[in-house]
Amino acid sequence: MGKLDGKVAFISGVARGQRRSHAIRLAREGADIIGIDICADIPANHYPMASREELDETIGLVERAGGKMLGTVADVRDFQQVKSAMDAGVEHFGRVDIVLANAGIAPVAFRELSIEEELQQWRAAVGVNLDGAYHVAWAAIPHLLAGNRGGSIVFTSSTAGLRGFGGAQGGGLGYAASKHGVVGLMRTLANALAPANIRVNTVHPTAVNTMMAVNPTMTAFIENYPDGAPHLQNPLPVAMLEPEDISAAIAYLVSDEGRYVTGVTFPVDAGFCNKL
Amino acid sequence: MTNDNSSGRVHGKRVLITGAARGMGRSHAVRLAEEGADLVLVDICAPIPGVDYPLSTEADLEETARLVREHQRTALTYIADVRDSAAMKTVADQAVFELGGLDAAVANAGVLTVGTWDATTTEQWRLVLDVNLIGAWNTCAAAIPHLVERGGSLVNISSSAGIKGTPFHVPYTASKHGIVGMSLALANELAAQNIRVNTVHPTGVATGMAPPSMHEQIAGRPDLVPIFLNALPAPLIEPSDVSNAVLFLVSDESRYVTGLEFKVDAGVTIR
Repeated sequence: MGKLDGKVAFISGVARGQRRSHAIRLAREGADIIGIDICADIPANHYPMASREELDETIGLVERAGGKMLGTVADVRDFQQVKSAMDAGVEHFGRVDIVLANAGIAPVAFRELSIEEELQQWRAAVGVNLDGAYHVAWAAIPHLLAGNRGGSIVFTSSTAGLRGFGGAQGGGLGYAASKHGVVGLMRTLANALAPANIRVNTVHPTAVNTMMAVNPTMTAFIENYPDGAPHLQNPLPVAMLEPEDISAAIAYLVSDEGRYVTGVTFPVDAGFCNKL
Repeated sequence: MTNDNSSGRVHGKRVLITGAARGMGRSHAVRLAEEGADLVLVDICAPIPGVDYPLSTEADLEETARLVREHQRTALTYIADVRDSAAMKTVADQAVFELGGLDAAVANAGVLTVGTWDATTTEQWRLVLDVNLIGAWNTCAAAIPHLVERGGSLVNISSSAGIKGTPFHVPYTASKHGIVGMSLALANELAAQNIRVNTVHPTGVATGMAPPSMHEQIAGRPDLVPIFLNALPAPLIEPSDVSNAVLFLVSDESRYVTGLEFKVDAGVTIR
């Protein structure tokens, strides 16, 4: 008996990192998973995206946790690809109740960029993080409304969705702007969808032990951050969270324990935002 | 009755709760016990002059303790006034002596006076700030010395009135905003010792905190009614909805959550 028995969750960026962890956690609580991932590199982003093999590995891990999973390769920047995967998943499982957006990227470069590179970084970050979040929500909402059982949408924002930091390159600015933008999307959808008992919240992780935070360029960038690295340290004595810490907050938010929780910006940030 | 909570989400944690005799405090205690916690239950169990609804009794506090023990968990009861810092310190010290330590405290005790601004007295201000704000501080201050070595969790119960400007009880709204400032500052000071400090912000819950004139006040100002309306189609929420948030914040699932204003408010603060 799990808290999410019989429910179906859609998760974007599911092949690895935080969202793989969410898929496993939700499956352990009884949910089935509809998952998408781009499974291809994005040129403006400096670290590799997940692979098809990693998507398949996630499917195996979800099954081992007791869930069923339909995994599809799709790019969140393309609404039609998202919609096709969503529709196919709802057709397959008969419903969707939980929506976890979004797949995210954080392009940084530890060097001078040309204006073309600046613009590419900005567009890639905003395209994946903000357009992608909107596309996932927009593909899901008709199904949530048609199901007439309420629902729960959780957008993954960031500490950079509540505070202004991340450097002054296209990627860092696009990251902070898109993660702030997700909060506006969440607040407005929370009001618009409340009469249908659909709850909408954001989570705001500090640095998590995944490829986005742990790659050589990001490490160099943080070590050379203008105000010095201490400014970017967590108040609680922990350098980096594990994906499971974010999954625990999400498992609460999407369960019936959080049935009256909506419109919340939920930091899982070791006190980072409160200090800044 | 047997009840195996050895795999509970807060198994073995020792949690102090103020205002534990009834209402939300009782609900938190029972929910935490269900998940394996031992409880230190504190309540004044007496009327307070100036509060125009009945407060809890000793029998109420004993009933909470009985409900905790039904889950095979320890319940220590203390009659104490959160306004009395020395009494709160004594309670915390005695409870730690009995239980061998403390892992969390939930500052839940609160009172509500109602009235338009021009009917609000300095006596009401002093009473409400004394119980709601200084009382929460006394609870934290009594608990912190027992948490500094191994870390811990402080949960301070604010309100949707700690985020928005809820009218007809200005001192209450101010006290609940004050709890946020206190908690955010403590979260910064205590993070290095792994003590997490968070606030919980419920919308209206049906409990004994019910001044008889509240509805009359609101009805007199229809223009202000929307401030009290939830976004989700639920006029009131249950104490257990708030307790589930408290449970998450006391548990290790939230080990890196601090400085959070945790709204359980059916969207009342966003609409």
